Amino acid sequence: MKRTVTLTVNGTTYQRDVEPRTLLVHFLRDDLGLTGTHIGCDTSQCGACTVMLNGKSIKSCTSFAVQAIGAEITTIEGLADGDVLHPLQDGFWEEHGLQCGYCTPGMILSSLQLLQRNPNPSEEEIRKGIEGNLCRCTGYQNIVKAVQHAAAKMAEVKV
Amino acid sequence: MGISTMVGARVKRREDPRLIIGNASYTDDMQMVGQLYMSFVRSQYGHANIKSINIAAAKASPGVRGVYIGQDMMDVNPLPSGIPGPDYRAISIGQVKYVGDIIAVVVGESRAAAVDGAELVVVDYEELPAVIDVEEAAKGLPVQLYPNFANNVGFVHDMGNDVSEAFANAEVVLEQKFMHQRLSSNPMETRSVLAEWKKGDQTLTLWTSNQNPHLLRTWLGAVMNLPEHVIRVVAPEVGGGFGPKITIYREEVIACWIARKLGHPVKWSETRSEHLTATSQGRGQQDYVKIAATKEGVVTGLDIVGYCDMGAYHTIFTPLLPVFTGLIINGVYAIPACHYKCYNVLTNKTPTDAYRGAGRPEAILMIERMMDLLAIELNMDPTEVRRKNFIKNEQFPYSSPMGLVYDSGDYATNMDKAKQIFGYDEMRKMQADAQAKGRYVGIGVSTYMEICGLGPSVAVPTGRGWDSASVRFDPNGKVTVATGVSPHGQGQETTFSQIIADELGIPYEDITVKHGDTANTPVGNGTYGSRGLAVGGPAILLACETIREKGKKIAGFMMEASAEDIIFEEGKFSVKGTPGKSVTIQEVAAKSYTGANMFGQIEPGLEATRFFEPGNLVFPFGTHISAIEIDANTGEVSFLKYVAVDDCGKQISPLLVEGQVHGGIAQGIGQALYEEIVYDSAGQLISGTLMDYTVPTATELPHYDLDSTVTPTWVNPLGAKGVGEAGTVGSTPCVVNAVMDALKSTGIKEIVMPLRPEKLWRAINGK
Repeated sequence: MKRTVTLTVNGTTYQRDVEPRTLLVHFLRDDLGLTGTHIGCDTSQCGACTVMLNGKSIKSCTSFAVQAIGAEITTIEGLADGDVLHPLQDGFWEEHGLQCGYCTPGMILSSLQLLQRNPNPSEEEIRKGIEGNLCRCTGYQNIVKAVQHAAAKMAEVKV
Repeated sequence: MGISTMVGARVKRREDPRLIIGNASYTDDMQMVGQLYMSFVRSQYGHANIKSINIAAAKASPGVRGVYIGQDMMDVNPLPSGIPGPDYRAISIGQVKYVGDIIAVVVGESRAAAVDGAELVVVDYEELPAVIDVEEAAKGLPVQLYPNFANNVGFVHDMGNDVSEAFANAEVVLEQKFMHQRLSSNPMETRSVLAEWKKGDQTLTLWTSNQNPHLLRTWLGAVMNLPEHVIRVVAPEVGGGFGPKITIYREEVIACWIARKLGHPVKWSETRSEHLTATSQGRGQQDYVKIAATKEGVVTGLDIVGYCDMGAYHTIFTPLLPVFTGLIINGVYAIPACHYKCYNVLTNKTPTDAYRGAGRPEAILMIERMMDLLAIELNMDPTEVRRKNFIKNEQFPYSSPMGLVYDSGDYATNMDKAKQIFGYDEMRKMQADAQAKGRYVGIGVSTYMEICGLGPSVAVPTGRGWDSASVRFDPNGKVTVATGVSPHGQGQETTFSQIIADELGIPYEDITVKHGDTANTPVGNGTYGSRGLAVGGPAILLACETIREKGKKIAGFMMEASAEDIIFEEGKFSVKGTPGKSVTIQEVAAKSYTGANMFGQIEPGLEATRFFEPGNLVFPFGTHISAIEIDANTGEVSFLKYVAVDDCGKQISPLLVEGQVHGGIAQGIGQALYEEIVYDSAGQLISGTLMDYTVPTATELPHYDLDSTVTPTWVNPLGAKGVGEAGTVGSTPCVVNAVMDALKSTGIKEIVMPLRPEKLWRAINGK
């Protein structure tokens, strides 16, 4: 028995009928065609599927689509302001914070949550903040630099 | 050609914009009209007879379009391998040989329909004793797996020279056993395939998360009994490889077979749990090592007997990994007598294959551990034992006892630089102070080398060590490049653009690099063995050279001069001795397509396809030094400092070199401290999810201080050696040496990796 899911993603409202067991990540990717959110594991370890749901970062493989009915979701596709990259996107590019790019969308969204809660994190706090996201390429050092880059840029904007 | 502005510059990657906005296309991101999904029924046992398979309920399940078992696929051949092994069929028949072995495939109209169907397949197993321990296995115990491989031994490698005299005359002999645990590569993108058969054209297209689409096409043709020209293999955006995406997989063959049989595109994306059983694993060696030395610390002989765990079948590189170990057992040291014998052992586990370093980390771990043990034995500083044994600068090119010719090296300078950056002497003092206070602080050094740039054709199992490039000027003066290598995170769209910008004197932004699609790239051999730049790069250089030569003819025509009198500099052709008169390469390109008055003399077009066959392997090297502290209460290791000074020859993209070293070190630390594939004695996989298999997070890894020395190679015109695997090779022994140094007071000589807190706590507390 399918259920109707209505939600808003990156400012656009969508309505689809899906099986109740459909995971939010499959809904975003397969039903809405928003494939920037990735799937990297099946036990909520890797964080490749991280999105913002009502302002909080969640692993979208660990939520059913029906749990997100009425929610406001931000995915990597909705982070830039038109052609202007978000400071985090810019930071990852500037600091070589990605190689294969697969973990990057989830890593950026987790970092966004971190900077919203702590705009000026230390290296240790950044490492702790992205602990729920695995990267196999970079050894994390340049991801830390990317987040620091973004933090500095976001602080400038506020001033 | 002209002033180099891009090569050597720290440029931002041109791959990144699509990746940071979620606009890249990985295989699983693609959907086709009428697409079906596969789900596999996999063995839950390490070794069992299949008494029966009941597929009736699965076939009747809603949305299921087909259920197939091994007998249905007898029209495809077994998978290929570097050395012949047991027949590895797409779907096993009658018996299963490892957890995750494929028993049946269910095809559904949706992912859910396929998975639901697979759950309804009923398999009646008769469990058999599992072959797990390699040394027992090599005695034929507990059972022999295949009638044609006596004592479960697939092959025996025997390499090197006579060591008997070295050991007979030795003043010091040290022996140690080392275990190189199995690892899972875990690229963040697991494997994914999408296959389409076009009945009208009788053509097959396979999109797959793979490192070398051209090689895969060759293998797929052989397995499917199809000529290569009707097959197109595409590696779209690939989310990391690290070795296991080199070989051909059963799921790729099955997808192609089903697409053809059902006339629908079919997709499969591996779950992470599947990845841990169905994707080839790395390492899996154990070795008995013996060195002979003088009292002064000069190593005179090295003898190793090893057992390499093949798993249940041979895939492409499986049986050849010990060769990569054997070739460099002496590492950076001039040890005159070296011998390596290795038994390739078949077991009830997932097949092993290349994983970052592929055989070389095993060799370097052993020799670097032995150097430390010798230093302890002779009460010498570990860096001084190393210095005493280094191959000297004047010995290059160095003919090693294992049959290699090392291209170039300057090991002492490199080590001294690392020691200076690390503050070696002060850190030793700090260590002594800390130890006096009862703290477990250790310093570890590794001076490594490795084999890269695979690499002359005689040295690779495929016989295809060359690579290729097509460089084409488009009529508007921009350049489209197609490479035979297949980057999947390395960033060669950037690196190759840097090279071409300099070689052709054109703006970096005017270049597009295409890769990973057999339909629009010259035949090549992909990205593995740190070969992308070292082999693919020179092919780019050659193609640019051909373009410049043709450009000179066209420019000569345009300026009414002989081609021999034309010189090319910074994007302009000019006539020797005639200052001020020149045409740009863009004008030449336009002329090559629109010069109607020229085509009677000069063929239209401005493009070139060239191949580069390296004359030798290349040998990067470096020194890693780390300081760690073990918490005596918890056994946890924390890093105080990590310094790596690598030498990969000339660096085209220093920023990308650093990224490769960072990631390499991370994976090497993973092996030293955290990662381990574990099977129980019944062949059950214990580490079957990321909850049980520890991929290090940001909190477990340190900040790395990097620097480099530059010793170019003469093997290729770029002077570049390759750096993809270097960090992994150097870091594991560096960290193990540091931990064992911290435990020196306990008298324990070796702890089996990974050096987890429990083991270290026991060592410290004598439990």
